[in-house]
Amino acid sequence: MKKFLALMLTLVLVMMSLAACGGGSGSDSGSGDTIKIGVFEPASGDNGAGGKQETLGIQYANEVQPTVEIGGKEYNVELAIVDNESDNSKAVTAAQDLVSKGVSIVLGSYGSAVSIAAADVFADAGMPAIGVTCTNPQVTADCEQYFRICFLDPFQGTVLANYAWENGMKKAYCLSKQGDDYSKGLVNYFIEAFKKLGGEVVEEQFPDKNSDFTSYVANAKKNGCDVFFSPVSTEAAALIIDQAEAQSLGMPILAGDTWDSNVITGAAKGKNVEIVVTTFYQEGGNPEFDSGIKEWMENNADAKTNNGGNTDLAAVTAMGYDAYFVALEAMKAAGSTDPADILAALPELNATGLVCGDVTFNEVGDANKTTAFVKKCNNETGAWEFVKEQAAE
Amino acid sequence: MGFIQTWLPYILAGVAVGGQYALIAIGYTMVYGILRLINFAHGDVFMWSGLIMVYLITILPLWLSVILVIIFAIVLGTTIEKVAYRPLRSAPRMSIMISAIGVSYLLQNFALYITGGLTKTYPTIGWLQRTVSIGSATTKMVTLVTPVLTIVLVFLLVMLIKHTKIGMAMRAVSRDFETSSLMGIDIDRVITVTFVIGCALAAIGSILYFSNYTGIQPMSGAMPGLKAFVAAVFGGIGSVPGAVVGAFVIGVAENLIKGIGWTNFSDAFTFVLLIIILMVKPTGLFGEKNIDKV
Amino acid sequence: MEKTLSNKTKLVLSIAAIALFLVLVYVGDNTIPANSSWKMLITVIEKGSIFALVAASMNLLNGFTGLFSLGQAGFMLIGAYTYAIFTIPGKSHEAVYQYFNGGLIQWSIVEILEGKLGIFGHYIGMFIPMIGAGLLVAVVAALIGIPVLRLKSDYLAIATLGFAEILRAFFQWNSLGPITNGSNVLRKYTTYGNAIFPVLVSGICIAIIILLINSTYGRAFRAIRDDEIAAEAMGINLFKHKEMSFVISSFFAGISGALLAMFQTTINAMPFNTVMTYEILLIVVIGGIGSITGSILGAFLFISTSEWLLRGLDAGQWLGISSSLMRPGFRKVVFAIIIMLIVLFYAQGIMGSREFSWDGFINWWKNLPANLKAWPAKRKAKSAAKKEARARKAAAKAKAKEAKAEGEAKRASGEALFTPLPTSDEVMVFGKEGK
Repeated sequence: MKKFLALMLTLVLVMMSLAACGGGSGSDSGSGDTIKIGVFEPASGDNGAGGKQETLGIQYANEVQPTVEIGGKEYNVELAIVDNESDNSKAVTAAQDLVSKGVSIVLGSYGSAVSIAAADVFADAGMPAIGVTCTNPQVTADCEQYFRICFLDPFQGTVLANYAWENGMKKAYCLSKQGDDYSKGLVNYFIEAFKKLGGEVVEEQFPDKNSDFTSYVANAKKNGCDVFFSPVSTEAAALIIDQAEAQSLGMPILAGDTWDSNVITGAAKGKNVEIVVTTFYQEGGNPEFDSGIKEWMENNADAKTNNGGNTDLAAVTAMGYDAYFVALEAMKAAGSTDPADILAALPELNATGLVCGDVTFNEVGDANKTTAFVKKCNNETGAWEFVKEQAAE
Repeated sequence: MGFIQTWLPYILAGVAVGGQYALIAIGYTMVYGILRLINFAHGDVFMWSGLIMVYLITILPLWLSVILVIIFAIVLGTTIEKVAYRPLRSAPRMSIMISAIGVSYLLQNFALYITGGLTKTYPTIGWLQRTVSIGSATTKMVTLVTPVLTIVLVFLLVMLIKHTKIGMAMRAVSRDFETSSLMGIDIDRVITVTFVIGCALAAIGSILYFSNYTGIQPMSGAMPGLKAFVAAVFGGIGSVPGAVVGAFVIGVAENLIKGIGWTNFSDAFTFVLLIIILMVKPTGLFGEKNIDKV
Repeated sequence: MEKTLSNKTKLVLSIAAIALFLVLVYVGDNTIPANSSWKMLITVIEKGSIFALVAASMNLLNGFTGLFSLGQAGFMLIGAYTYAIFTIPGKSHEAVYQYFNGGLIQWSIVEILEGKLGIFGHYIGMFIPMIGAGLLVAVVAALIGIPVLRLKSDYLAIATLGFAEILRAFFQWNSLGPITNGSNVLRKYTTYGNAIFPVLVSGICIAIIILLINSTYGRAFRAIRDDEIAAEAMGINLFKHKEMSFVISSFFAGISGALLAMFQTTINAMPFNTVMTYEILLIVVIGGIGSITGSILGAFLFISTSEWLLRGLDAGQWLGISSSLMRPGFRKVVFAIIIMLIVLFYAQGIMGSREFSWDGFINWWKNLPANLKAWPAKRKAKSAAKKEARARKAAAKAKAKEAKAEGEAKRASGEALFTPLPTSDEVMVFGKEGK
């Protein structure tokens, strides 16, 4: 009986894999007028919330523009979405799964570590990939296939340091998450720039799964800092804001692009905490997009849930939207659905009409972006207020 | 004075989180005392109580939500015991522990599915989250309420164990499972009551804990659960006052460690403490010596 | 038992089957284009073989020695880091250790040996840090084992789990950054070129584990598992054998960590957490505690379903079924339910404590038609037996209830009474439901 069960299981497995394999190659050759765009984003794990919001932007863009004309032929665009679980060991199989599904280009991921992990898979397959909000320089540094449409950590760190220094903050408390290369990287660049300006720094890290930020807030106060810099994931951010309020932190909190999210504004609403972030997208910069996506989320229960239960916009959603159109532009420019042709067309691409500004790529594959938006949270309305555009210099 | 001023915020935070660990730890220590099982799913019952509160408060008044959350935790805990532990009671201890790990995996993944992996913000419970100042420190009201409430609940529990019939049955079963069953004690009932008490306290703990740290996600229960278990071992597994003392020690110590700047090792410290205790005094502070019978 | 094969034939069959598999993997990886679905199968085989090794090593400890250890992820972590640190090429150090001025170690074993011995040196250079990873893990395990292995089952589990967490915090520590790169990923180290590499290495390691299990040491391990006190009375040095099993198991966990590092091409310490250990444990359980072939099967089953075949459950469409229930996360729920069903109803897992054997396979194949034919009848008989058992149990319960009611009635009527001990039926009711 046991052996029978074992063999049945194996048999089912083999059948399923045959179905998966057969199905995959069948749809490749069978339907010539569909083109697949791979979405490589986390839907679970530490960055699940952000990844979902980024995916939303891509899905909305797909809703707005479901077809693309390549070389005089109309193609339907289909999204192939995989969950990389914010985990380096799962990212490799997830990336390979996308490649195996026969996608023409890949978008993502939120979180740089998984993007770096997947880079080799994409490189082996000659698959072009467009990083949406992965700001770590290592993503594109040694990978021919990886492009990205956002600014980089060294740039963002400098911008944030400049902002802090210009506003009379002399001593910064920097908090990053242990084992999270995004927050650690950004903190490193911030410290570098801030020290160059003459500032003083206290740096600490918190272990993952930590939800008790009392002592970190107390440490910042104890050290007499002027600014609390913690560009961490939104989960931790909401808890930090809460503790900052409970202990009357008394200094502004400064953070990077991840904090430009409705999670933060939701947490900060009605609290006496000053929050300043740098970001890609200025809400209200493109009213048509704003109202369009809000309406879409209002009519789509799943989308609204994935956005955290309301229709407030996160910067990563706008970036996801842009990434989709950059991908379409690249396909048009290539005049082909072949990954190799698209890859060849990407360096020369000039994508316009995007909500976060035009995109051209430099020789490394990074977008030429020279300014970031500085936004401040209005604690009464729970909305972002535009402060200024800040350049690195 | 300067010393106290500097460290007061850390000690307050430690006492508060210690009280919350204590409420979870009681569930671990009682279940272990009776079943000799590390109930890995206990931390997830705690997480689920928090999650249910988030959903209930949107449609029901606060007092009713609190009652329903406690009932939910009790139902969940006893169901887990009935479905996943009872059928394996005569199986090797490893199987039942694997079953506990499996239940924990299921509860976490189910929470992931329901919440979509997004952090849920815990509702504000009126005065619990009000800010108060004590000397140099400002903190939430819940920080002050937790230790008091914890001690009251533990006092009641100890009274129950010492002076009621079911309490006597519990002590008997934890001393010797087989003999007490031969003496006519309804083992199933004792175990159910144990789970009921443990889960109810975990639910109360979740209200206090998440009022203080207001984000809930599927993994929120894992770390507090492990720390509470370490607290139970520290105090001597099976001993309720021991678990409470252990929890306060761990809560205060981990916050002081963060205070002196060793933030990297604040979680690792808990496990260092566990290993030291297991090496030096495996029975814990208040534990009784266990003799192996052939 | 019918006709059995001679040992020689069995050996030939085994070698032929393994060789065929290796050739298929090698050729497959070389010829299948990356955008084909079959490529995913190769990826699954790569990762599956790595997890088969770590599952087998965990099984050696949990299944064969009866030591419930949950430190596997921590040991893999050390293995992965050791391998990666020593094989990052010199010129890449600047980029990898960008926040630590290029790091402390500025050379790569692979590069040094490749410079001296050419392509041969390249492989030697990969093997040395890999074996080194295993050895380092073994040393760490030996040190941890001295205090920890004196603990009883669940204390041992929680202590090893704690050690794994401490190790993770240690590897993420910023002060060790020049070596471990702190919280940042390690990458650019030498990896293998063909999927045959992890399959071959895992295969050899698992073969060594099987040889060990069948040796006198293996018998001693099993004796300890079955009854510690009896084993000690038989003259088996408990601590020595436990420590040995622990160290050997950890050595192979370290090797599989190194292989995982190669597979992933980047590593950071974050994913080596308790969840990873639990997943390895579940692989062992699915395969059958005490069966190495079970662990291998379990690993492939686990990896292929969780990371490939069930993915459709997240996307809303799977095997032609589509449902609004299927949204991200559904896959993991289904998976967790399957695992709970296995734990509760097939506690033996796929293989129980049996191993694959050609005799068994051939007999099974021969008897398959007959068995298939007999299956419905057997099923019917079984369900009838079950029904009968249930009825018997219900009757016992009713009787017990009656007795209780009677007793209560007597008590209510104030009659002096002696409460009888539970009848044997009642004890049966609560005690032996598992079987």
